[in-house]
Amino acid sequence: MRRLISLSLLLIVALGISLCFSGAYFGAEGANRAGKLAQDRVNFGQRYNSRGLEENGAGNIVASVVVNYRGFDTLGEVTVLFIAAVGLAVVLSTRREKPARVRAEPASLVVFTGCRFLFPLILLLGSYIFIHGHLTPGGGFQGGAVVASGFLLVYLGCRGKGLRSAGFTVTESLSGLAFVVLALVGLAVGGSLLLNFLPKGSALTLFSGGVIPIIYVAIGLKVGSELGSIIANLSGEAP
Amino acid sequence: MIIFQTFVVLVMIVAAVAAARFGDLLNAVIACALVSLMASIIFYFLQAPDVAMAEASIGAGLTTAIFIFAINRTVRYERNEKTD
Repeated sequence: MRRLISLSLLLIVALGISLCFSGAYFGAEGANRAGKLAQDRVNFGQRYNSRGLEENGAGNIVASVVVNYRGFDTLGEVTVLFIAAVGLAVVLSTRREKPARVRAEPASLVVFTGCRFLFPLILLLGSYIFIHGHLTPGGGFQGGAVVASGFLLVYLGCRGKGLRSAGFTVTESLSGLAFVVLALVGLAVGGSLLLNFLPKGSALTLFSGGVIPIIYVAIGLKVGSELGSIIANLSGEAP
Repeated sequence: MIIFQTFVVLVMIVAAVAAARFGDLLNAVIACALVSLMASIIFYFLQAPDVAMAEASIGAGLTTAIFIFAINRTVRYERNEKTD
């Protein structure tokens, strides 16, 4: 019965997708429209590549697309991650009344010392990735994930020395607020959301790109603290 | 180069099928991480280093850890589903 239902659902979905494709590609009008869409995309890419550096001053074109031209999408992505973290915290907080499991024994001295040695280096690498996001490959999401992997190392290796989860919440809220405020200042100054209103600086140096590095630092802190709080909640060290 | 890329894609397909077939969820999670790692190598060769970094750090690193934490809190072995 269940298999029948899932098979019929799959059939309906396949039928719908094939209808969409045939409508888009085999109808004369549809083919025309699809061709025009592709033409628009090529123009967008060429425009970003040719004018991105002078418009935003960021050496990494991907950064200026992610933060400036498609910055609204990035705001949505960050919001999705935030909702996921909040949902996880809510789900985990409802089953607190279960008896505590047997406490795992602390890690050995070698592991503990190694973690304490590696943790600042991982934080440094993550901050480097998101601070230099407008110059080199990488950016807020990547750097934030590296920072969060440093917190993961602490939770795995240094049991009982878990960081306070309140710090994650404060950092996450402040950096999210900074992103939205910068976007709105752009709207107030020049009339479009996420407008690059700061001076661009000379290209390919650290202090260039206007608001892009600031927003990338905010995204990096936000992603890092969100993923860190997810790890803290899941590993059960959070108060 | 084309041989190496074919090898990477083949490893990815095998790992993906294995992830779906394993009954032990821990093995399935490791296979998922392998898929992400191979995907990040392919992204790098397709000249998308930004995406490769995101895939390697989030897909192969953090997601695996979060899945393992989730397995630790739930069950490790997949139950045989009865088809009614």
